[in-house]
This record gives sequence, structure tokens and C-alpha cells, in this order.
Amino acid sequence: MYEGAIQDLIDELGRLPGVGPKSAQRIAFHVLSADPADVTRLATALRRVKELVRFCTVCYNVAESEQCRVCRDPRRSEEVLCVVEEPKDVVAIERTGEFRGRYHVLGGAINPLEGVGPDNLRIRELLARLGTGSVRELILATDPNTEGEATATYLALMVKPMGIAVTRLASGLPVGGDLEYADEITLGRAFEGRRAV
Amino acid sequence: MYVRRLELVDFRSYERVGVDLEPGGNVLVGPNGVGKTNLVEALGYVATLASHRVATDAPLVRAGAATAVLRCAIVHDGRELLVELEIAPGRANRARLNRSPARRARDVLGALRLVLFAPEDLELVRGDPAERRRYLDDLLVTRMPRYAAVRADYERVVKQRNALLRTSYLARKTSGGRGRAARADAEGPAEGGGDLSTLAVWDTHLARHGADLLAGRLELVAALGPHVTKAYDAVAAGRGAASIAYRPSVELPDPVPDRSALEGALSAALAESRPAEIDRGMTLVGPHRDELTLTLGTLPARGYASHGESWSYALALRLAAYDLLRADGVEPVLILDDVFAELDSGRRERLAELVAGASQLLVTCAVADDVPNALRGARYEVSDGQVSRAD
Ligand SMILES: Nc1ncnc2c1ncn2[C@@H]1O[C@H](COP(=O)(O)OP(=O)(O)OP(=O)(O)O)[C@@H](O)[C@H]1O
Ligand SMILES: [Mg+2]
Ligand SMILES: [Zn+2]
Repeated sequence: MYEGAIQDLIDELGRLPGVGPKSAQRIAFHVLSADPADVTRLATALRRVKELVRFCTVCYNVAESEQCRVCRDPRRSEEVLCVVEEPKDVVAIERTGEFRGRYHVLGGAINPLEGVGPDNLRIRELLARLGTGSVRELILATDPNTEGEATATYLALMVKPMGIAVTRLASGLPVGGDLEYADEITLGRAFEGRRAV
Repeated sequence: MYVRRLELVDFRSYERVGVDLEPGGNVLVGPNGVGKTNLVEALGYVATLASHRVATDAPLVRAGAATAVLRCAIVHDGRELLVELEIAPGRANRARLNRSPARRARDVLGALRLVLFAPEDLELVRGDPAERRRYLDDLLVTRMPRYAAVRADYERVVKQRNALLRTSYLARKTSGGRGRAARADAEGPAEGGGDLSTLAVWDTHLARHGADLLAGRLELVAALGPHVTKAYDAVAAGRGAASIAYRPSVELPDPVPDRSALEGALSAALAESRPAEIDRGMTLVGPHRDELTLTLGTLPARGYASHGESWSYALALRLAAYDLLRADGVEPVLILDDVFAELDSGRRERLAELVAGASQLLVTCAVADDVPNALRGARYEVSDGQVSRAD
């Protein structure tokens, strides 16, 4: 245990995902010895992310205004909608350059162990978007793990009766994995080879 | 296949140790508690990513250390493969193959094929059905590493489905306003998890992964059965015949149907048991409720067999696994931990004959004289934290 401010920082850092006590300590001492301007920039970035970043009112991606960059872009097709779990999946798919449609961010996956059911996800909002009639294909790009697959099955069951084509990313994605960790080439191929469900 | 060298850092009682092993026989001798089983446990871990003694990784890391490192050089078909594993309890293990990082630790499965017999294996015969299911699934993964994913997927689906059933069960039990919320909070999963509208989805996935696992097990038991009978006969020399049979929790047509028909059978069984499952808050049918029955003569081994018979049966199950893997075309490493002390001299000699041709055999014992002369080979003396050649 250290005294006062440095221990406070170690404790706060230790609460972050993926940061253990040892890393927290290392980062804290790095901050302590860093250039004051660098530290100020970091502090500002932390504050600004909470002040400025909002969720897009259309797709629930992160945004700095009412709507996110994708939803504001008139060149993006309204006919193809890609469903992902988290904003970071949007970034991963954008990196492939394969996709020119729009997104819908669920905010997670069905996960009874964590108490997450369909009502805790933005599924009602998705169905409302689909109800407007402009979407012809729904691509289910939830993670290729147990929870992501279950969510995809659930959505397919709900959406197919609406007469919309439902596809799932092709296999070849690492099973049991996270979409964000798939490299661009694998993810790009998965997009091209998506299949009907 | 054989292990040419094993190095451990902060694994169990070893701070740092390296052992050069030989093809053929290797006998590790040392007093009780000195670290013989720790060595073979490390090899088992490299082969299966799990210990044969404990379910969690924490006890594998030397007390006071944060991570353990296992390094194992395996020679197969004249080529050497270096497997390195870092065990860090609470985090995902890290692995390297020939010094390049593997995407996931699971990628090292299949690098080392190994059959380990240890005193704990008496539980295969005497213990719960879960012990025998694990025996089958471990062997399935050793033969075909893709089953590691099938098994993990299936287990995860069962866990999720049980969580769903349990949450809705608790919600019903304490139904009525505030009592419900309080109870759900106390039990962990919040309300959203108990929404039974997703049950059909979990049924679909349970049937799909379950059929995959079931098909694998059925095929395995059919192939394994004759080897068990033969191995038991060899160890026990004609004192009753051993036979195994797979008993599923779901009724299956005869002859055993293909994968998609198995999926159908599982779906039907889930539909049928749904009221009972909702009532009890858990998944009652599927491969996680199946049993491998062991018969000796006409009686079940569990509950009937003597200590010596149970012991021979457990040994026969491991030797059968060894024979089957050999028949597949890859000579696995065979490890017998503390086996000879339990056997009378006749059985010792027969066992020694049976395993003498192994491409690599590791035997541990506290008393060197317990090992039959037929098993000569490299000798090692294990003393606290050290292993040295003794011949
Ligand atoms: N995580 C750990 N850290 C330190 N020591 C450990 C750890 N786990 C086990 N040990 C020690 O290792 C020893 C057991 O080693 P092992 O089981 O290999 O003995 P053995 O040589 O096989 O003995 P036996 O002949 O009785 O089977 C015990 O003394 C135990 O305290
Ligand atoms: Mg031992
Ligand atoms: Zn948007």
C-alpha cells in the first residue's frame, strides 16, 4: 500500500478491465514520472470522452452528435443492415472496407449467466427500424461464440417472418472468439461469404 | 512419439528443473512427496491443458510464484516440436509452438499424445458418471482435437440454459413484486436472464452441439470396447470379461442414427422434458447426463467389483485408450504413475510385458524394486526440486 494520491490512482486503474494490480502499479508510476503535458492530455481525453461521446439515436453506435458518422453518410445503403454487439465491432468491420450498408449496435448478447435477456438489448429498437420497410437484408455479425450464436438464432427467428433476408457471417472466423480480434482479411472474407440462415 | 526434454519453472514444487528423457523406458524413483507425480502431471498438462489431479490451475503454480512455465520438446516422425505454456491462474494461458506465439492455448492440443494412468483413476470405476464422461471426452479430444471446441461449446450452452431455467424458477418461486427482485439480485443473475422466450434458442443450440458430442462419443465407445475387453483380460488373466456400453439419457433408435437424426432425437427429448426442466430449473437430458457403464462378467463394476478388480478395470480403460491411439497410427507416450506397488508380482510381470514395446514409457515409483526387471531403461532419482540420472 502506498500513501494517498498514488494509491488512489492504482486503485482506480485496477478497476479497469484487463488491468491487474501489477499493471496498475506500473501505469501509476509511469504517470508519476511522465511529462506534465502528457498527463494533462490524458486527463482531458478521459474527461472529454464522458462529456462529448453519446450514443447514436439511430444505430446506438458511439457518436459525437445526434447521429454517428455512418448514419449521417448519405452514400451508405439503407437496404443492408448489419447487427453487431458492440461499437468496437463497427470499427472492426469498417476496417475491412467490405461493407457499405448501415449498422445496428445491440449493446451485448443474450447471456442468462450475466442476467442479459432480449429486453436488455436494443432488439425492440431493431425491430422498429426493420418495420419501416427499407431494409432488404439483415446481416447478423454477432460474435462467433455461444452467446453471439444464440443471439443470432433469436434474431433470425424474430425477423424471418417479416420477409427480410437474414444472413450470418461465414465461418472461418475463430470459433469461441471476439469479432474485434479477427484480422481484416478473415473478417472481410466472412462478409463476402455470408450465408442465409 | 516421445518427449525428449521437459523444463519447468515454478510448476508445483519445482522452482526450475530440466529433465532429458529417453525413448523407451524411463523410471523415476524417489520417496513419497518428492515431486514424481508433479513431473508427469506437467506432461499431462501439455497434452490436455488440464491436470489429472485438480480442476483449477492455481495449485499448479508454485506457492509464492505468479505464473508457471512448462517447456516440452516432443519428437515425432524424426521432427522436433517445442511446446511452451505459461499458466497464469485467472487469466488465459499463453502458448508458443516452436517459439512462435499460438493464437490460443488450445492450438497446442494434439502436439503431445499421451496416456496417463494414476492412482486417481480408481475413480473412473468407483466415482460418479462425470468421471467416465470426462474419460471419454478427453480421449475424444486426444484423437480429434476439434472436439475440444465441441465440448467447450456444449458445456457453455448447458451452463447458459441452466442459468435461464434457474432464474425463471427462482422468479416463479418468489413471485410477487419486491420479493422477486430482491431474490433475483441475491442469487446473481438479474431479471433479464430469466426470460423464457429464449428457451427455444438454447434448445436449438443444445441439440446441435449435443448431437456433435454424442456422435463422437458413440463412435468412440464402439471403437474402444474391444480394446477394453482385451486389456482387462491381459491384466487380470482370464478372471471375468470386461465390457463397456454407452447409456444415453435420451432414447436412441437402434442402430444408432447419424448426426442430424441425433439432433432430432435430442430436440424431441428436450421438448418432452421441458415441463420437468422448468419445474426443476435445470437441463435434464443431453450428453452431460449420459453414462458409460462398465460391466465385469454380468455385474456392473461400480458397486460390485473388488478393490483389485476395480483397479485392474481402471488400468484396462487407460491401456485400451493407449491401444486405440496406437491403432490410429500415432504411438502415444505412456505414463504409469505409482502403478506397480499396487499389483501382485504376477500382474506386475504381465503389465510389464504388455507395455514393454511403448515408444516411450514413464514409470514412477517410491521403491525401485517394485518395478519389474523387464522394464529396464533410463533411471532417474527424484529428490526435492531436483531430478538426476541414476544409471
Ligand atoms: N503449488 C505448489 N507449490 C509448492 N509445492 C507444491 C505445490 N503443489 C504441490 N506441492 C508439493 O509437491 C509435493 C507432492 O509432490 P508429488 O505429488 O509429485 O509427490 P510424489 O513424488 O508423486 O509422491 P508419492 O510417492 O507420495 O506419490 C508435496 O510435498 C506438495 O507439498
Ligand atoms: Mg505420486
Ligand atoms: Zn448511427
